[in-house]
Amino acid sequence: MGLLDKKFENSNIIITSLEGVMNWARLCSLWQMSFGLACCAIEMMAASASHFDIMRFGVIPRPSPRQCDVMIVAGTVTLKMATRIKRLYEQMAEPRYVLSMGSCSNCGGPYWNYGYHVLKGVDRVIPVDVYIPGCPPRPEALLEGLMKLQEKVRNESLVKEKAA
Amino acid sequence: MAKEPKEIYERLQAAFPGVSLEFDETVPCIIVEPMKWKTVALFLRDADDLKFDSLMCLSGVDNGDGNLVSVCHLDSMVHRHKLTVKCIVSVDDPKVESVEQVWRTADWHERESYDLIGIEYVGHRDLRRILMPDDWMGHPLRKDYEVPEFYNGIKVPY
Repeated sequence: MGLLDKKFENSNIIITSLEGVMNWARLCSLWQMSFGLACCAIEMMAASASHFDIMRFGVIPRPSPRQCDVMIVAGTVTLKMATRIKRLYEQMAEPRYVLSMGSCSNCGGPYWNYGYHVLKGVDRVIPVDVYIPGCPPRPEALLEGLMKLQEKVRNESLVKEKAA
Repeated sequence: MAKEPKEIYERLQAAFPGVSLEFDETVPCIIVEPMKWKTVALFLRDADDLKFDSLMCLSGVDNGDGNLVSVCHLDSMVHRHKLTVKCIVSVDDPKVESVEQVWRTADWHERESYDLIGIEYVGHRDLRRILMPDDWMGHPLRKDYEVPEFYNGIKVPY
């Protein structure tokens, strides 16, 4: 349900639910943790550059996990990095989201069999919201994944009591 | 004056009668006794007609026949000649003399070779793992290496 589906009463007054406004504000300012792990990071940088301009979706790279809403795991997660990723994820404030970008962070990618040092999917250490397939995914795919995440945020409820 | 590997080999033979040296014709290279390698290396670096001032690469190899090899690729910017030197050690006692204090390039390269192949560089001042985590067990590029089931509680195989 979009924000402007509600009716207009007067010329500049919108009637909507508080939750609708809150979610709309959250999904339009998904601040991203700025780090990249491998070649997927290059596509992520391309998505940040002027051609694709991920910032028009409100995605701003932040240097600290404390200020971030979404972690884009872009690239091969080594076992050495996995423990760090877990720590960084734990440092992020809730509500927090994870975008797993590319085959490597989805399932180990080309290293699934002989990669003695590669984590076979980042979901083994942190919960993932959206998986983006590709090796590496093009910036369009990253934007698609981001919009899927926005869809998820839009339908969430922060005020409603969670089912026990 | 650039020298061929064979000429360098003969030069070393004359200079080090007590060191066992071999020459491999197939891929021109000199095979040096592992625990006497450093003195030979110093000579290769400092002798006026050799002047190997640059260590281009140092790598470790597991032959799969019970031998590990430490391979050095040397280059002289003065004389414009190149040389490959190998030290062959048994997998049970893989000790090679470190040349970390001869060419500083060797520092990290020897650490990598130690980390992944498990060659022990005797005399290296800081022989730690460089790529794998410090608490990793084993040397992953050995032919007989088996991937662990778990690392710090994380399942490793697919």
